[in-house]
Amino acid sequence: MTLLHTVNKSPFESNTFDTCLGYALDGSTVLLIEDGVYAATTGTSAAEKIQNIMQGASGVSFAVLGPDLQARGLEGKLADGIKVVDYEGFVNLVAEHDSVQSWL
Amino acid sequence: MAIKKFMYVNRKPPYGTVYALESLEVVLIGAAFDQDVSLAFIGDGVYELTKGQNTDAIGQKNFSPTYSALGDYDVTKIYVEKESLEERGLTLDDLQHLVWEDEDDDWAERDSIRLVSRAELADVMAEQEIILSF
Repeated sequence: MTLLHTVNKSPFESNTFDTCLGYALDGSTVLLIEDGVYAATTGTSAAEKIQNIMQGASGVSFAVLGPDLQARGLEGKLADGIKVVDYEGFVNLVAEHDSVQSWL
Repeated sequence: MAIKKFMYVNRKPPYGTVYALESLEVVLIGAAFDQDVSLAFIGDGVYELTKGQNTDAIGQKNFSPTYSALGDYDVTKIYVEKESLEERGLTLDDLQHLVWEDEDDDWAERDSIRLVSRAELADVMAEQEIILSF
């Protein structure tokens, strides 16, 4: 069973992102949306955690919703290795995984 | 009416919640009362000031251009906390360049943003008479 995890909170404002990382298993994807996209920007400790997980060959993928990144003016700050998806890509991710955990 | 020292403290990022927009609305309304106004951007509040915001694809109003109008409303003291920027991998270059025109000096343009440390901002906050938090 693979899960799509969505995180919509800033990593600075709540521990949702950190909690989610603890539950992200092999084959799952963490999709950052709304204020969650700040975790995908360079120079933050959240992005560092993402890099460490990806380097550790954990089988967890990371994606960010492009429209939410653009809204916040941070397209140029995206950390390496995080895939940008649009709304169609969001739907595809939902279809590709067995179920969705929307962390709030 | 006596002039009081007002500080609006902004700690939320834009768009995910309505706090940032509501704060801006209150600041603009308050500006009509000729008070001594300061804005502080702390924590995720610094994200309100990033340049290049484009909300076309999320169906929300991009209110970030309004910050550049604050100078025309005599809101000229915008404090940005240095530590908050650094934690977020940001520098002043990532923020909008906000200015005001000094009528006592032939309308010379002056920077509105003051980059201050947490300790410095704490001192400024302690001088305020009314603090409104968003």
